[in-house]
Amino acid sequence: MVVGVILLAIGLVLAFMGIGAEHHAAGAEGAHHAAGAGASAEHHGSPIWLKRLIISLWHSNVYFTGIAVVGTVFVAINYVAYAGWSIVVKRIAEAFSAWLLPGAIIMLVVFGVGLINHDIFHWTMPGIMDPKSENYDAVIAGKSGFLNLPFYVIRMVVYLAIWWFFSERLRKLSLEEDQMGGTGFWDKSINVSALFLVLFAVTSSMAAWDWVMSIDTHWFSTMFGWYVFASWWVSGIAAITLCAIFLKQAGYLPFLTSNHLHDLGKLMFGFSIFWTYVWFSQFMLIWYANLPEESVYFNQRLGGFDGKYTWLFFFNLIINFAFPFLVLMTRDAKRQMIMLKLATIAILIGHWLDFYLMIMPGTLKGDSGFIIEIGVALIFLGAWLTLMTRRLSQASLLPVNHPFVDESIHHTT
Amino acid sequence: MTKRYALGIFDDEDVLLHAIDNVRAAGVKIYDVFSPYPVHGIDDALGIERSRLPIAAFFFGLTGLAFALWLQIYTLGFDWPMIIGGKPHIALPAFIPVSFELTVLFCCHGMVITFYVISKLFPRFKVPVMDVRSTDDKFVMAIELKDGADMGQLGQLLRANGASEVNEKEMTKE
Repeated sequence: MVVGVILLAIGLVLAFMGIGAEHHAAGAEGAHHAAGAGASAEHHGSPIWLKRLIISLWHSNVYFTGIAVVGTVFVAINYVAYAGWSIVVKRIAEAFSAWLLPGAIIMLVVFGVGLINHDIFHWTMPGIMDPKSENYDAVIAGKSGFLNLPFYVIRMVVYLAIWWFFSERLRKLSLEEDQMGGTGFWDKSINVSALFLVLFAVTSSMAAWDWVMSIDTHWFSTMFGWYVFASWWVSGIAAITLCAIFLKQAGYLPFLTSNHLHDLGKLMFGFSIFWTYVWFSQFMLIWYANLPEESVYFNQRLGGFDGKYTWLFFFNLIINFAFPFLVLMTRDAKRQMIMLKLATIAILIGHWLDFYLMIMPGTLKGDSGFIIEIGVALIFLGAWLTLMTRRLSQASLLPVNHPFVDESIHHTT
Repeated sequence: MTKRYALGIFDDEDVLLHAIDNVRAAGVKIYDVFSPYPVHGIDDALGIERSRLPIAAFFFGLTGLAFALWLQIYTLGFDWPMIIGGKPHIALPAFIPVSFELTVLFCCHGMVITFYVISKLFPRFKVPVMDVRSTDDKFVMAIELKDGADMGQLGQLLRANGASEVNEKEMTKE
């Protein structure tokens, strides 16, 4: 069984890495030529292909690290809710956090690389806070209390450390429970989870400001923390569902029934609507008030840069709201693997595009493309799946001594 | 019209669920089961088909959405156009909250009213109850007694499957 999971993973990973690497090479080459031809085009920072590479690394890492931590959030929420139904997919959610440590390292490294030519964050430009400098920007200087390099790096390390620490702690308690049994580990896990959820509520929101919103430094939105969280969370649930379906079809989760899939489907359906609600709450207030400093954000995305992002803006709503909403509406659809697969894949791609739309217009302006970005995303996917499946294969897929394991196996909706 | 029912009174929900399986296996048609709270899995045990209420709900929702859009587009766009915040007369993003609320309102009320109508749960002075203890701590299985049905044999079957008592009751349906 364990070997099978690993083989499955290696097969998947090889396929993805192959495609990813090819795309990537082709994309980088293509971009080289483009950069050579259009070298006179005015832009500061790195050459365009390098800038695209750095930003797509940041983009994909924010997305995949978010999904990784959502696995732990899912486990923690089910602990504090005393939920029993989810135990059969608990190990999948736990395995997601395998990415947190590498993700954290990549995050710091890419941020560091981004500093060299200030590719990702405009506010890191030298002299931008200095009234005497020609780079001086009064608006950004006003935010220097929060957006300064030491504080930013400390915050980043703190968020990632908290997420990593609590993920490992919950995982360790769960594995010890497998060995020793008893309800003591469960009691302890509830306390750990409750503390984690409080800290995560704050850190996820602040991480969204730091990692995504501060790209558009002049702009701000009070909905943004929720917006990014909703995007991560629904992608995480979709990822859990998709992994559960693949494992079930490979024969590793005999105890997973359509009742569990039904509940996961309900969560996906509900949180797709929740994401849309948050998206719309942000959009409508800005659209209605029409204040220039706020609406510039949507100006860039709706018709800005010669309408480059306009199709994506509407496609984002179709793939992340209309499609899952209509596909998952009926009870039967939530219980059928083929419909769930369609919806999960749409949601996972859709939210990657959602982050694309959050990050690219503010960093690359009109220069973003898709080949490098998709190549980088596929390499991340391969690496992410390798680590996740390796961790998945290290423990029994059913937490045998969890107090609710029987309830979960006999779960009906 | 007056009908007669055999009522098996049960004390425990697990006993009841097994009794339902056995009684149905014996070829007896159960009229209905009354319980103080929803019993998990009882729908499947009784062989009740899934409700088609969600389909009704969908169309109630669609009606609400259409009504909300018509109301706003007609009043603000054609009947009495007003400029609000410099937006076009028909400004769809501003209509979405109202459309959403009316969709939910129509859907909920439509579902509740439909449910009451098809379950015949109208307000009335004399409420027909098989056995009042089914609102407290007993589970009541009702089996319709057709003409010439053998009450004694039925009673034996129910008792053998754990019924604490078996009664006979006449109900008048309007």
